[in-house]
Amino acid sequence: MLQIISVLVENKPGALLRITGLLSARGFNIESLTVARTLDPMLSRMSIVVDVEPQQRRQVIKQMNKLINVLQATDLTDSPSVSREMVLLRVRSAMEHRTAILKESEIFGARVVDSSTEGFALEATGDPEKMDEFIDVMRSYGEIEVTRSGMVAVSLESKKLRLAPPIPTGPDAEKIDTRNGVLNA
Amino acid sequence: MSSSLMSGAQILLECLGREQVDCMFGYPGGVTLPLYDAMYDHPLRHVLVRHEQNAAFAASGYARVTGKVGVCCATSGPGATNLVTGLVDSMMDSIPVVAITGQVTSKLIGSDAFQEADTFGITRACTKHNFMVRNVNELPQIVHEAFYIAASGRPGPVLVDIPKDVFQAQAHYAPVTSIHLPGYKVYTEGHTGQIRRAAQMMWDAERPFVYAGGGIVAADASAELRELVETLDCPAVCTLMGLGALPGNHPNFISLPGMHGSYAANMGMTNADLLIALGTRFDDRVTGRLAAFAPHAKVIHVDIDPAEIGKIRTAELPIVGDVKRVLGKMNKFLVELREENAAKNAGARHSWRSQIAEWKREHPFVAATASDKIMPQHLVAEIDRLSGGEAIVTSDVGQHQMWAAQYIKFNHPRLWVNSGGLGAMGFGLPAALGAQFARPDKLVFAICGDGGFQMSLPELATLVNYSLPVKIIVMNNGHLGMIRQWQELFYNNRISSAELTAFPDVTKLAGAYGFTGRTIDKPEDLRGALSDAVREPGPYLLNVKVAQFENVYPMVPAGGALNEMVLGPPQPVAAD
Repeated sequence: MLQIISVLVENKPGALLRITGLLSARGFNIESLTVARTLDPMLSRMSIVVDVEPQQRRQVIKQMNKLINVLQATDLTDSPSVSREMVLLRVRSAMEHRTAILKESEIFGARVVDSSTEGFALEATGDPEKMDEFIDVMRSYGEIEVTRSGMVAVSLESKKLRLAPPIPTGPDAEKIDTRNGVLNA
Repeated sequence: MSSSLMSGAQILLECLGREQVDCMFGYPGGVTLPLYDAMYDHPLRHVLVRHEQNAAFAASGYARVTGKVGVCCATSGPGATNLVTGLVDSMMDSIPVVAITGQVTSKLIGSDAFQEADTFGITRACTKHNFMVRNVNELPQIVHEAFYIAASGRPGPVLVDIPKDVFQAQAHYAPVTSIHLPGYKVYTEGHTGQIRRAAQMMWDAERPFVYAGGGIVAADASAELRELVETLDCPAVCTLMGLGALPGNHPNFISLPGMHGSYAANMGMTNADLLIALGTRFDDRVTGRLAAFAPHAKVIHVDIDPAEIGKIRTAELPIVGDVKRVLGKMNKFLVELREENAAKNAGARHSWRSQIAEWKREHPFVAATASDKIMPQHLVAEIDRLSGGEAIVTSDVGQHQMWAAQYIKFNHPRLWVNSGGLGAMGFGLPAALGAQFARPDKLVFAICGDGGFQMSLPELATLVNYSLPVKIIVMNNGHLGMIRQWQELFYNNRISSAELTAFPDVTKLAGAYGFTGRTIDKPEDLRGALSDAVREPGPYLLNVKVAQFENVYPMVPAGGALNEMVLGPPQPVAAD
């Protein structure tokens, strides 16, 4: 069973590399990774799917939270969350299977996004296991090409995001002990 | 807010001034020419080292003895890559350093331009954070953020990579009044309830044991540590990074623990029922075989870095916070709870202290001496005598470092300077250079091995250039001593590439730079030669030929448990 780490990160160059670097430095493989802007254009949300032992995963998430660009990294594996993946699939198939393909698509809730004499391009979303099945079924009708989006996930728990406040600098700030000024645990 | 038109280079210097940087260790190059041109008219003191790696080490030495941010500077490409070892060293030992590197002009980045390297990519994993400045307008903000990140929380190195055109660009400079790092979380206070519970656990313990690390030094928490140890009246060790956090002659202090720690320190760790770990990270050189480390102990772990809690050893009571603040509160609770608790385990605690004292007596650190040769322990003991616990001592890495850590006592923190985590050879001399700049009033010894010394040879010129009276003591056993020791003990004494022949004549070497050098090999010369070195107003290079085949003991073999330490060389067994 794969695990999902959700990371809220500043939309800055190098931020992605810092996060993936923590995983690759430990020899962990990334199964899938999606990044996109959030409502706040300064921030991005990453969903990373990995296969890592719980103890090591806890440690790597702590390390992610230490990164300056990371606002919050959370393990969604054991907390209530919804995850989905999108599949774009092209299937080439003989004319006599067209109706069957459309029927199957309906079962999986897939939509036809392109149709030609050679076959269909289909779009489906669902949890990854469902998508695996969808791909298997379509393979039985002929030659296929598949692109998967990787998993996106959203937590169903409302965790309050704690952000560090601005820090004064300059002559007035000299009196502030910079080592101790920020946030109370 | 008033603003004036300035170049990026001038803005950088202005920001460094506002961060109260009084000296910067560096080496110029093509793309930093605009910066060095701006320095021409600026009061900032630039120290020209002879190799960029040593600029990073010197900045680290400066930071280690002052607690302030050390600053180093290098050009693009080779300059930046030469900084890397020094940055990793600061990363491993949590030392606040800001590195400024030049980068090729923005539009050439990625074109394999002359002296181009992906500094931002290369240094990502060896800094706490790094920046590339893409626009002169963001420069002031980034510089102040860099200093703030380097010094706050768990300190560390931060690199700012600046393309040449950003140095040259003109901008209206207005001082930065605040910075905002929404994702940067620093936990300082510690949970009061947890701290109170910790205090109760300390009184409940029969065999409490304090294990203090470099975090005590970083947080300037020595006074609080001392108060805690005295209130509890319990034994304490300071790690290699924490030496000086308790005065070396404090009655509760034992020594450093771990691979080359004392018998009492390691037996104490092994038998304690409560381990009070303060600003320390359970390094493998301290714990030995983890499964057998402090097997009877509950652990209280105080650290400012939440990622250290439970990383190696699960803590029964974790506290995330600045160890100075946490101990401040802890001491209040300890006093508050003393009355009702102190009598509880008084007997058990008393016998625990007696047991520690007995272990100390059984196997003390006694400096070996010989009449026909200088023993390495004898050398460090003599340095200890001269220092009286007050001198700054830097070291390289290897046998001499371990002997220095075992035998030289420090009355205060920030006197013992060594590359603990990374173990970088060649650290001693440049670190001493940085330390002497920071503390011109202090006697500074750089204790080097004959291997490490030769890695930082170019800095002899810097010492002379700036008239720095560093006393370089080369503990010369003609070998990479620690390598030879391991080859002897664990590789059937097959000494492979560990012999160092062709060591230079130091009288001529120092003479070539215009200062005094001397070689000694007789024990009767040792005291006089060291005194001469200290009396010399300038730098001094003393090459001490010591017994070649001496090993550092006690020693916990790799993979061994602390209580399986080897106390000395195998003794000849009498045949019957």
